[in-house]
Parts: sequence; structure tokens; C-alpha cells
Amino acid sequence: MTQEPEGMTLIVKSIGRLVINFIMLFGIYIILYGHLSPGGGFPGGVIVATAFILLMLSFGRKTALRKFGDTTASLLDNFAALSFLTIGFLGLIGGYFFLNFIDRGIPFQLFSAGTIPLANIAIGLKVSACLYAVFVALAIFGKVLAGPEQDGVGPAEEKPTDSGEHRR
Amino acid sequence: MNHILPLFVAVPLGTAFIILILAKVWRKAGVPFALLTSICLVIFSVSVIGQASIYRMGNWPPPWGIVLVLDGLSTLLLLTISVISFFALLFSIRYMDRYTAKPKFYALFMLLVAGMNGVVLSGDFFNLFVFLEIASIASYALVAFGCEEEELEASFKYLILSGVASTFILLGIAILYSLTGTLNMADVARTIGNMPANNAVLFAISMFLMGFGLKAALVPFHPWLPDAHPAAPAPISAMLSGVLIKALGMYVLIRLIFNVFGLSPFLSSVLMILGGLSMVVGGLLAIGQDDLKRLLAYSSISQIGYVAVGLALGTPLGIMGGLFHLINHATFKSLLFLSAGAIEYSTDTRKLSKMGGLSNRLPVTTTSAAIGFLSISGIPPLNGFWSKLIIIIALVQAGHYILASVAVLVSFLTILYFMRVQRHLFFGDLPAKLAKITEVPYLMRVSLVLLAIMCLAMGLLYPFLSGTILDPARDVILEGTAYVHRVFGV
Repeated sequence: MTQEPEGMTLIVKSIGRLVINFIMLFGIYIILYGHLSPGGGFPGGVIVATAFILLMLSFGRKTALRKFGDTTASLLDNFAALSFLTIGFLGLIGGYFFLNFIDRGIPFQLFSAGTIPLANIAIGLKVSACLYAVFVALAIFGKVLAGPEQDGVGPAEEKPTDSGEHRR
Repeated sequence: MNHILPLFVAVPLGTAFIILILAKVWRKAGVPFALLTSICLVIFSVSVIGQASIYRMGNWPPPWGIVLVLDGLSTLLLLTISVISFFALLFSIRYMDRYTAKPKFYALFMLLVAGMNGVVLSGDFFNLFVFLEIASIASYALVAFGCEEEELEASFKYLILSGVASTFILLGIAILYSLTGTLNMADVARTIGNMPANNAVLFAISMFLMGFGLKAALVPFHPWLPDAHPAAPAPISAMLSGVLIKALGMYVLIRLIFNVFGLSPFLSSVLMILGGLSMVVGGLLAIGQDDLKRLLAYSSISQIGYVAVGLALGTPLGIMGGLFHLINHATFKSLLFLSAGAIEYSTDTRKLSKMGGLSNRLPVTTTSAAIGFLSISGIPPLNGFWSKLIIIIALVQAGHYILASVAVLVSFLTILYFMRVQRHLFFGDLPAKLAKITEVPYLMRVSLVLLAIMCLAMGLLYPFLSGTILDPARDVILEGTAYVHRVFGV
């Protein structure tokens, strides 16, 4: 294999271009309706992450990383985790950690259940960014192991995911 | 109601994420934030001494909502975790200069602390499991932090064995849930107490004994420890041997066996056999080791056996001895692992056969290491002597003469292998290769000296310690399943 082909065949690319948006939309729906129907932050986040993974599989590493870089994924991951924790801390205003301090509204309406949808959104962002980052790490790790710069991995070396970050 | 309780978990967890975000713009963000959090946690844990309270997350009452339970036993563990992690962090500031990706190290370290604090405070099974996994996963990554062959192999072995243990724990929790319909520990204890004797409960207990026994490295479940603890960076070895095996292993075993299931003579004898085996096997295996950190790891198995035997006795004196040995082991074993790290930092080797005559070149490190060696061998007036003495007296009082003599013999074994270490490390001729070594950096020495002083002080101030933190912890264990009334009574 002299030159690395970018992504997969035209068929996969065309189908991918069609379905990626729908997969992502479905993931967002699962996240936003988490407090009303089965689902929630985690499954929705996984679905959103699979959309990006499909992007990377069909269009290749470069295209996917241009749309959603690993640094962005890592930052989003941390910010989402922090915002989830912040929701917990804001509960302290009402007197208890993780108190549902927003008005609960009418049951079965989209805007109801107080902090639960907010927590779902935070978890959804966290899970999608995190799973995508794990996939990116694996993809880069495979590249590092297969590449010529194999030797010299010592304690002073970055983890493989890092070396991917610094190389850009 | 004490609002500090959720902060024990939330603050280190938040710090971990903040460090990772700030590290993108400021590479050195790890040290100040981690140290500040660690100091906060020490202050928090000192401030909760002598208190007992239940914290309802989001104001949901106990059987339905998540509760955090603070009592004497959890205070003892919280204090140990925060103090040891503070010293390990202080040591790591200069030690970690040899590694890259420092922000990731500190973030993982904070996750480890958050997970352990969560396990210690959690009042229901599922949260306990989640925090257990947080701490375990952080420790897998930290063991592999060097990314060399040895570290990766050790981490993989640890990951697989510990993963099996976690599966067993989850299975145990699932069985209990299907039996009682609740995950709250106090509620499970109440439901089981009202039920006729049930084999499913026994099965769940055996799952827990296997799972948490592996996390505590009791003998048939120990093989991961002698690989994982030496491979990790020194501050992490100190954390793993000093607190992780106790918070994730011994603490949960004690909490479940005494407060949830109630101590039966059968359980007591099972735990005693495991403890006795650990003492002997760990001690015997430690003798032949040439790798200093590996020797210390085997010695950890041997010492955790003492803790298990003392606690399994179930008598007030035995429990006292077990708990005292638990915190003593946390101090001197972290001191010893940090000393081993300091020696490795200077000499670049862990092989005892390649060292010698270090006492002239590394006076501070070797002196504090010597205090650690004397303490773990049980030389009065250092802390290790008193706790071993209490355990042996308790064993004799309870009529377990064979185990008492085994405990004395293993104590001799401990002296034997540490004499060997001292001979190789401190005395003899300095190898030509090591002629130019210098003492380790200032901050590393401060951490070693403070821990050595703690070893001495804890031996001398036993009456004070027993009055403030050990007695309340012992009372919690002795009250047994009356724990239920405390959780539901508040």
C-alpha cells in the first residue's frame, strides 16, 4: 500500500453523507427527551458519538479530525463533566447537593423536570466527546504503532494519544 | 446535616477536570491545583473528626435516594486518604519531573482520591461500585503511567484481575438486589435481618469476599499486587499500598461483614484464615526478593494480613489493633515506598544487589527509610510495634494461640527481610557506578522526613489517637447491624 486511501469507497461515503445527520439528530432527540422517554444522556451521547465515528470511518481520519479535533473533543469532555458537577453544586443554593432547584413544571412536557434535562445534556455532551476521543486515541495509537517511529517509547515519552496531539 | 460530605468527592473530581482544561494553556497547572485540593481535603477531614451524620443527596430520604454516611470508621479512612495523598503529592512534585504529561498524572491522581473518598462515604451498594470503579480505573492508568514494557504488563495484569473482581462484586450486588429489592446498605441489612437464613446471602457474601479480597490483596487473590505496585511511579505505589488496598478492600469488607451482614463465627474464621495465610505467604515471598519495591509489595500483603486477622477477631481489642495497624501501615508503607522512589531517583536502580553504602551519600533518605524499616519490623517505640503488640495480645486473649504464635513468627520474618534490605542498602561498599549520586531534591526530603516523624509520633501519641479517631471507628464496627438504626434514625 504505497499511498493511504482517504476513507472508504464512494458507496460508503454517499450513504454516510446521507445518514450521519440523521444519526446525530436521533442522538440529540434521545438526549433531549431523556426525562420523558427511555434513553437519556448516556445512550444519546453514544449515538452522537457513533455519528462522528462513522464520519471518521467513511471519510478518513483527516476529514473527521478537521470537523471535530481531538483537542476539541477533550476540552468538550472536560467542560461537560464540569458543568454536570456545577449542576450538583448549584443545588447547594437550595440547601442540598444535587437538589432539583428549578421549578419542575408540568409532567410530560418537554420543558419540565427541573435540572434533569440539563444534567442529561451535560452527560450527553460528555459521553459523546469522550467516546469519540477514545476512538480517536485508538486510531492514532494504531498509526503510531504501525509507523516507523516505533522505538524510543520510554518513560519520558508522551502517551500515544499525546504524541498525536503534539504532532499537529 | 453536614454540607462538607459531598465536597469530599466533588472537589477532587472537579479539580481533575479543571486541571485537564487549564493544562491546554498552562502546562504546569497540575501541581498548584492538586496540592491546594489536597490541603483542602486534609482540612475537611480534620474538621469532621468526632462527627457522625447522614447526607441525603438532593434531599431524597434514605431507602430511595443516595445517602452519604459519615461515622467514626469513614472518618478514620478519610483522614488516612487525605494525609497520605498530601504527602504523596508533595513527593511527586519533583519526582514526576522525569515523566511527561504531568497534568494527566495529577488529574488521574485526583480521580483516584475522589473514588476512594466516594467508596468510604457511600451509603449504598451501587454508588460504592461506581466509586470503586473510578478509583480502580484511575489506578490502572497510573500504574501504566511510565508506558514501558514492565508498566504496561503489570497494568494489564492488574486490569484483568481487578476487572474479574469487579464483576464478582457486581454479581454479588445483583444477587442482593434481587433478594431484597433495594440497594441502600442499611435497608439491605434491615431486610436480611428480618429474613430466615438464606443461601443466596451466603453466595453474595462469598462473591464479596472474593472481589474485595482481591482489591485488598489477601493471599489467594494477591498475584496482581507484586507486579502493579513496583511498576507504578513511587507516589502512586505509596498511594496503592498505603491507602487503595485499604479503602477499596479492607474498609468495604469490614463495613459489609460487620455492619450489613453481621459477623458470624463462620465469617470470622474465613477472614482469619485468609489473614493468616496472607501474613505467612507475603512474609515468606518477601525474603527472596532482589527488587526493593517488589519486596515492599510482598510485605504489604503480609501486613494487610495482620489487619485482617485483628479485625476478624471481632473483640474490641482485636478491632482496635487491626484499625491501628491499618493507619500505621498506611504511614510506614507509604514512607517506605517513597524512600524506595527517592533511592531509585538517585541511583536509577531498584536492585538491592547493585546498591550499597548509601547511608553516606543519601543521609536524609536512608535515615527516614531506616525509621520506616524499624517501624514495620515492630521496634518500640515506633507505631508498628504497638499495633502488632495489640493484635498479638488480642489473639492470645481470644484463645487463638496458634495464630498468635504465627503473628509473632511473621514479625520475626519481617525483621529478617528488612535487616537484609538494610545491609544491602546502607552498609557495605558503594559501587563505583554510584559514586556520584547526590541527595534527592528538597521537597522529596520534606515529605520523607514528615512521614518519618509521623511514624514516631503515632507510636508515642497512641492514647491521643485512640481517644480521637480510633475509639469512634471501633465503636462503629462493634455496633454491628445497629448501623441500620443510625442511617434511618436521623
